[in-house]
Amino acid sequence: MKTIALVGNPNSGKTTIFNALTGANQHVGNWPGVTVEKKEGVLTFQKEKYRIVDLPGTYSLGAYSEDEMVARDFILIDQPDVVINVVDATNIERNLYLTTQLLEMGTKVIVALNMMDEAEGKKIRIDVEKLSKGLGIPVVPTIASKKNGIEKLIEKSIETINKKQSFQNKIRYGKEIEEQIEIVKELLDSLSLNTKYPYEWLALKLLENDSYIHEMIRNGAESKILGRVQESIDQVAATMMEPELIIVDKRYEFIRHVVKESVKKPNEEVVTKSDRIDKILTHKWLGLPIFALIMLIVYQLTFTIGQDLFGEMVAGGMEVLGEKVALLLINANAPELLVAFISDGLFGGVGAVLEFVPLIMVMYFFIGILEDSGYMARAAYVMDRIMRSLGLHGKTFISMLVGVGCNVPGIMATRTLDSKKDRMIAMLINPFISCGARLPIYLVFIAAFFPKHGGLVLFSLYVFGFLIALLMGKIFSKTLFKGETSYFIMELPPYRMPTIKGILLHMWDKVSSFLKRAGTVIFTVVTILWVLSVLPYGVEPHSSASILGRIGSFIAPIFKPAGFGTWQASVGLFAGIVAKEAVVATLGMVYAGVEEGPGLIMAIQEAFTPLTAVSFMVMTLLYTPCAAVIGTIRRETNSRKWAIFTALYTFLVGWIAAVLIFQVGRFFGLS
Amino acid sequence: MNIPLLFFTEGEKGIVNTIMGGQKIHKRLFEMGLNTGSEVQVIKNDAGPIIISLGGCKVALGRGLAQKIIMSRG
Repeated sequence: MKTIALVGNPNSGKTTIFNALTGANQHVGNWPGVTVEKKEGVLTFQKEKYRIVDLPGTYSLGAYSEDEMVARDFILIDQPDVVINVVDATNIERNLYLTTQLLEMGTKVIVALNMMDEAEGKKIRIDVEKLSKGLGIPVVPTIASKKNGIEKLIEKSIETINKKQSFQNKIRYGKEIEEQIEIVKELLDSLSLNTKYPYEWLALKLLENDSYIHEMIRNGAESKILGRVQESIDQVAATMMEPELIIVDKRYEFIRHVVKESVKKPNEEVVTKSDRIDKILTHKWLGLPIFALIMLIVYQLTFTIGQDLFGEMVAGGMEVLGEKVALLLINANAPELLVAFISDGLFGGVGAVLEFVPLIMVMYFFIGILEDSGYMARAAYVMDRIMRSLGLHGKTFISMLVGVGCNVPGIMATRTLDSKKDRMIAMLINPFISCGARLPIYLVFIAAFFPKHGGLVLFSLYVFGFLIALLMGKIFSKTLFKGETSYFIMELPPYRMPTIKGILLHMWDKVSSFLKRAGTVIFTVVTILWVLSVLPYGVEPHSSASILGRIGSFIAPIFKPAGFGTWQASVGLFAGIVAKEAVVATLGMVYAGVEEGPGLIMAIQEAFTPLTAVSFMVMTLLYTPCAAVIGTIRRETNSRKWAIFTALYTFLVGWIAAVLIFQVGRFFGLS
Repeated sequence: MNIPLLFFTEGEKGIVNTIMGGQKIHKRLFEMGLNTGSEVQVIKNDAGPIIISLGGCKVALGRGLAQKIIMSRG
């Protein structure tokens, strides 16, 4: 199968083109060895199948971040048959910077000149023919959101795949640089390097001081040529300036030359709808309250639609199904233990988790709208002022917002932070952001004690998580990671109408991974815990006399000061360290014997009080994140120490908060 | 006259003259399209990061960074 790779700047509409090419025929995974998301799909065109690989969105193909490395290694080493470079027509100069780097790689590349409609709206006129000639590669205008030009893009890609020759790099770096490139290249030619990178490109990168390539050569057998490279660099630097800056400058010179010939922009920039919306949403005083209001509405709607409307439908369905299956098994004379396992363990446990699928879907639906419409970047902008005053970087807030979905991508989103200090802090505080998996826990307790104020309670919990994260961030920036200044730079993409398809795909992505976890990790945890809860043989199932009950009873005293020192609650929290979804599943199972029907909620009403419900919810909000998150922190910090530190300090923070709430509440006579 | 971008008022236009600071900042800004000679218009400059219009797209820059970008008034 031939491979087509997609590259482009963030916000260039790359994902929309990817969706248009592959439809639902796509899957998301990870690049081997790193945690960068890998998206792949299959395109069928004229009965031929093509593999489409969506590379991470980057501004450049340097060696700054894993994203950039993944993209450039894929192009140079995996050698796709053609690269589609998605270029935002409204911002052509900057987008073409990436294109120049692709040209340098000597790969077969075609440009998808996207968002032509928006360019038109801004009165930007582009002569596609001239642009293509200037760059020396094919250019296809597209409007991905309306599927305009996609067919043409596919045809052009296939035509390019079948061409024998790749394109010529037309960028001129000036006599001084080109001489040195030639010298270094000859030097490389004379050696037998063990690399798949083309030598001309290697020479350019060496002069550009690319840290990764330097490292690679240094570790190789031919490290002595680095001395000669440094000589070249010094030689140029002595007469002009650092070669790396000259090279970047020359790329822009090339771009300016090409754009001058082919693009006409109006003298006065058109005031767009985006500008007018921004006047309000990024307003000095209004920005923050509006942001808070939007989030409150999102949580309230999520609750009403996801829980009250659909969630209860699923819950009712599960209940009926559970009873039917149990009846069927009893009629078939199935062993009693099996019936108990299926009805208590599976339907009581895993089923309790499934009830929250609609809610998670609705939640991601809204987060998808916020992301795709371009509002997320504004939220980071609006929050930067507050974040600054706490000694944190504005982008930290984006990683926190992503963490609302799941802390794993939240922690990965900290990669956009350039300074190590900012990044470490952002990673360490991310677990306090309440993820989607913790949602079911609150919902059960809200249904039991605060059914009338669900949205508000939920919103307060999320806000509390954010506040604790910010507080810890401030403490960390004052103690553990002092010094180091960092800079804030971020693109604010224009507002766009999100497409239903894009949001649904995004939503399906998350929900399917949730379902997968429900089917694997949570199923396993529930099974093991269920077995432990009926052993030793002969003991009353799900009682404190079972092995599980004894383990729980052993831990329980720790939680006594927080008001929920029962073995059931302890076991639930214990399961939550494996996966947060397992908390409700476990509670569902250990309480399942208590009542029939909506047993869990009634059992919780008996076992907890409003006050202990709050302290338990706060505990689950803050305490040790799940194993996947700890693993991600371990990988991203490349240190076991920080992973263990996170697991322990979050537990401590959660415990202290829960104890304080219970003790202070009791002091004021609450129960 | 050359002054830092930070002191531009809303609506004011200018051309990037030099960028102070290390090569890392230099390159990052270059990649975002903020290189010597590029035209910049300040859209917002109040309390938070400065918002500029750069080749038709909007970029938010921290105030510290905006002080390091030396502009000539256009």
